[in-house]
Amino acid sequence: MIGEKPKGIRAHLTLVYPALMLGIFFIVPFGLMAAVSFFHRQPGGFYIPGFELANYKNLYTVLFGRTLLFSLFVAGLSAAICVSIGFPFTFFITRMKRRAQVVWLVLLMSVLSLSEVIVGFAWSLLLSRTAGLSNLFVWFGLMERSVAWYPGFVALLFGICYLAFPYTVLVLYPPLSRLDPALPEAAQTLGASPMRTFFTVVVGSLRNAIVAAFVMVFVFTLGAYLLPQILGRPRHWTLSVLITDAAIYQTNMPLAAAMAIFFMFVSLVLVALTMIIGKGKKIKTV
Amino acid sequence: MSKTLRNIFLGLVLFLLSGPLVVVSGVSLNAKKRLFFPPEGLSLRWYVELLTENSWLIPVKNSLTIAFTSSLLALSIALPLAYFLWRYRVFYARALFTLGISPFILPPVITALGFLSFWVTVGLYGMMIATIISHAIFFVTLPLVTISLGFESIDHEIVEAAETMGANSRTVFGTVIFPMVRPYMISGYAFAFVLSLNEYIVAYMVAGFTVETLPIKIFNSLRYGYTPVMASVTVVFVLLAALIFGLIGRFGDLPKLLGALNPEDQ
Repeated sequence: MIGEKPKGIRAHLTLVYPALMLGIFFIVPFGLMAAVSFFHRQPGGFYIPGFELANYKNLYTVLFGRTLLFSLFVAGLSAAICVSIGFPFTFFITRMKRRAQVVWLVLLMSVLSLSEVIVGFAWSLLLSRTAGLSNLFVWFGLMERSVAWYPGFVALLFGICYLAFPYTVLVLYPPLSRLDPALPEAAQTLGASPMRTFFTVVVGSLRNAIVAAFVMVFVFTLGAYLLPQILGRPRHWTLSVLITDAAIYQTNMPLAAAMAIFFMFVSLVLVALTMIIGKGKKIKTV
Repeated sequence: MSKTLRNIFLGLVLFLLSGPLVVVSGVSLNAKKRLFFPPEGLSLRWYVELLTENSWLIPVKNSLTIAFTSSLLALSIALPLAYFLWRYRVFYARALFTLGISPFILPPVITALGFLSFWVTVGLYGMMIATIISHAIFFVTLPLVTISLGFESIDHEIVEAAETMGANSRTVFGTVIFPMVRPYMISGYAFAFVLSLNEYIVAYMVAGFTVETLPIKIFNSLRYGYTPVMASVTVVFVLLAALIFGLIGRFGDLPKLLGALNPEDQ
């Protein structure tokens, strides 16, 4: 029964409902957005159907270019931080007893499910003057008086990494927990130090998983929308903010749609590039 | 790596993960309408306000309604698709699976903007039904992935045995397959539920000005005047998520759900 080819219409009935739902409520909206990106904008009003590239030409501004570059830079940097902390962390977790693993996983899932607005609020408190860490430092005598450490770039980076860290661990968890424990053991039996084993055997044999995790986290952090507004200054706003701003506050849907489509292509190209680089490395080592 | 170094590292991560939560919990206990940490005076009045003030109660109700129904809808889309894909490995089912996963992989603002143009065109912009359906599609990935994992865990021989004994495919599904997949359905539902509760940008784009959900309400209060209620609602959210995932961890197989191959071996 399993793995055979479906025969006749009856067998396909199961698929009709999910196909319809995804078709109507995902493909159609997507196509609509793509179409709107070519429509003509009515100043003050909405838009009228048409076909013009004006919206894409309007993307060619300093603001858009700078925001795009900044978004990619922040996403890349925070993905790099998350993976380099998350990889050893996940490795440790997967070597723990099952019960301890579950406790850590529940904590991570709870943090993962937190809304961006809650993460932003929590970090703005933690870095604030009245309720923040600097109070603790004053109390220990390390600082003269408490200060506010946000808004700013570092605060934003902390927030984004906090948001993305549980996600990173969940992406790295399957490959690391499937890693054959005999491999590191063999390396240590042959005399490699634990440090060296980790970097040569564990990191080495999971290079592809690391690249994949980096890409997933990169795309995940590209979506940051509220954190730049809460923890950053206006110059730290990301493309998500710019797109929403164009759509909601300037009611310029065609421009917002053009930005979104362009944004999607840029992220897809970057993902593809990273994947190719990752594969190339694998071929060399094998 | 040496044990001490490992423990210092794990402790640091634990500190960073829980730090913001500790501060927020402290702030939620302030006696006066100030955001101090450590709190000045202790009271639970901000929790009471969350449950009595209409300005907070309505977003709470909206969020719960949306999360409850949209994850049910997501489940109803994911179950037949995952079943079909498991039973017949054909390319169009795979393509549909990829489609179901993509809203989760793209930056959310793109999907959100698609929803916005769709609901404006259809004329349901600003209605709760728009938020519900959008969330169902946006989070269909979660039940889809967990239920697929569930189907994969079914031993083919059990299904074949049932068929040999003369059960038709309806009976096989009802008595053999469904009970084995049920825990995965529950956790898929729980994932979608919790994430829908916390989702901001789709809810904002689709009906942000008329259907205020909790994240939207919190962000609005962030901009227009802080109140410790924001902290108390955060605490409730974290506890709710911890409770739900704790239950999955207690009664289900969380490591396996998240992709560990042989959790029993460790």
